[in-house]
Formats: sequence, structure tokens, C-alpha cells
Amino acid sequence: MQKKVEKRETGSESVSSISWPEDIHRVLREMNVRQVGYVPDSGHARLIHLVRADRSMRAIPLTTEEEGVALAAGAWLGGERSVLLMQSSGAGNCINMLGMANELRVPLLALVTMRGQWGEFNPWQVPMSQATVPSLEAIGVVVQAVDRAAEVGETVAAAARLAFNTCRMVAVLISQRIVGAKQFK
Amino acid sequence: MRHKNPTLDRRKAVAVILGRRGDALVVAGLGAPTWDTAAAGDSPLNFYTWGGMGGAAMIGLGLALAQPARRVLVITGDGELLMGLGSLATIAVQKPRNLAVIVMDNERYGETGMQDTHTRFGVDLAGIARSAGFRAAGTVYSAAQLKSWIPRLHKQAGPVFCDVKVTTQVAPMVLPARDGPTLRNRFREALLGPVEAFK
Repeated sequence: MQKKVEKRETGSESVSSISWPEDIHRVLREMNVRQVGYVPDSGHARLIHLVRADRSMRAIPLTTEEEGVALAAGAWLGGERSVLLMQSSGAGNCINMLGMANELRVPLLALVTMRGQWGEFNPWQVPMSQATVPSLEAIGVVVQAVDRAAEVGETVAAAARLAFNTCRMVAVLISQRIVGAKQFK
Repeated sequence: MRHKNPTLDRRKAVAVILGRRGDALVVAGLGAPTWDTAAAGDSPLNFYTWGGMGGAAMIGLGLALAQPARRVLVITGDGELLMGLGSLATIAVQKPRNLAVIVMDNERYGETGMQDTHTRFGVDLAGIARSAGFRAAGTVYSAAQLKSWIPRLHKQAGPVFCDVKVTTQVAPMVLPARDGPTLRNRFREALLGPVEAFK
């Protein structure tokens, strides 16, 4: 496994440890994911870079996260698998569209990097962060949180199998402890 | 802003468009476009939406990227598209050659009491699509214009956008299947075959 030193200030366990974006990318390749919808987040920057460099995947920048839910429905209707990358503040933007995915029993894999959580500086990030789990669960998404870098890959793999094999909406919440708190300096 | 009174009947316009669909995949926006699409003739390759307002064009994008050899037609309403205007920018970035987004624009929220939409005040959806980067975009006011657009909707390299101005005349409701799993299963079985659809 490729090692990479994270420059961001993270929880003590994950500094200079596992390169979890590479792990996610490998899982997405193994799961035959073709369409990658994303609203950028600094936590997903490395993964987005990997996806853009991968000819087997199509990187699809979105203007808002709910577009990615509808995109996933269309992709799956057409026989392709997709994934949606966002930060926790985007979860609230998706709720009604997730209701559609719920009614359709469309497999939806969402990888959510958390803000407003571990060592956050910006108070405006906190309310949606706190509402992410209850709001996703309220609309029927299976939520699986991960807070250790070494467990990201296996958690995403398990979530992808659950989503695509049982036609369910599954979100992996990647802790800000792993991503690192944004430094305002 | 230029503004003309619409004269086209939505039901007839959708029937004209879908009369030449061939094996195209159709995504219908919730409300009247779903009734119009059902009235033009049911098909398992019609994906009717009954919710998820603002998502029809993005369903069309995901489908068009997954099925590049098939024409994908999104038939939706002005209110539905206005809720997902950003999707025009997202589609323009991907430039799917097989996607056409068609808006049946009666300038009203027809399902909620016929309140004016933004297009009633001159907001130009085709202009927005053109500015976003659609390869072709235009507004249709007459049957003759619609006829000239038919080959573009079905054949021209996309993304293609057409805003069809229609009257506020309410057509009889034609209600297709509405159960989500039924709609998705029949669509995928018709498109992908039973083995791939249900594996």
C-alpha cells in the first residue's frame, strides 16, 4: 500500500499513516464504479485527483449535491455504478432527492467527509454536521461512520457491497479526525 | 425581454416529439410532462418521475453517460427545470452527445394552482442552456418550428436543449404506473435484459 504523509493537522493516530484516498480509489475500481459525481471538499481533493486521472471513471463536478443523487439514479437505470462525493454540509442539500432514491430502491453510495466535528474552527459548519446523521437516517440512508484512516478502505468496500448488492442508500461518514481540521491561517 | 403568447398544445407537442422516438430512452419530469409522456403511449423505456423535483435532467445525464449509443430524451416542465438550473451547467461540462432536454414550458406551476413561474416574466431557459454550453438550444413557439426541431431533438449531437412554449390548457390526466420499483425494474429489464437487470 502506498504511503503518503498528510500535511494537514489530524488526529494523532493518522498523521503520516495510511493513504486512505488511494484505498477508496482502489475500492471504487474493484467495484466497477464508472460515474463519480462530486462537490469538491478539501478532504476529497486527493481522491478527486485520482478519479480525474483514471480513464475507467468519469469525474462529474456538480453544482449542488442533490444533482449527484439524481445522477446516480440515471446511471443505475442505464446499468452503470456511481458514487457521490461530498462534505457533510452537502448532506442537507440532498434530502428530498434521497427520498426519490429511497422510493426507487436505487443503490446509492455516498462518501461524506465531515466538517464541523473534530477540531473545527468555523462555527457555521457545526449545525449541519450535527444534523448529518439524523437527517440521512430519517430519509432512509444506512450510515456507517469511520474515524480511523486504516479502516476507511474496508468500510467503503463494505458500504459499496451493501449499496449495490441490496439496492440501498449507504453513506460512509469519514471523520474530520481523519480528514484533518481546516487551518484558518 | 421578448415575450410571446404560447399557442402550442402540450399534449400534441409531446405526441409529435415522441412519435419519432425510435428506441430512445425517455425520462419524464414530474406532473404534466409525466402525464403527457404516458398519453403519447406507454413504454417500459419511459421512466416517469412522480417526485424528486429538479432531478429529471440529471437522471437523463446519468443515463446518457451510461448508454452512449442510445438517444436519451428528458421531457420536463419549466418549474421542474427551474428547481435544478445548475444541472444545465453540469450537463454542459460533460457534453453528452446523446442527450436532449426538452421543456414543456407553460410558464406555470400547473400541479399547484397555476402560479406563474419565472419564465412567465421572461426568464429565457434556452438562453441559459446556450450560455452554459449546450451545443444547440432554442425556443419553439409554433407547430412549424417544432417540426423543424424534431430531427435536432433525435439526431443532432448534444447536449441539445429545446424550450417548447405551450398553452395553459390542462389536458386530461393520463396516469402511468407510479410504484418506484416497478418503474425502475421494467425500465432496466427492457434496456439491459432480465439477467443484467436482476443480477
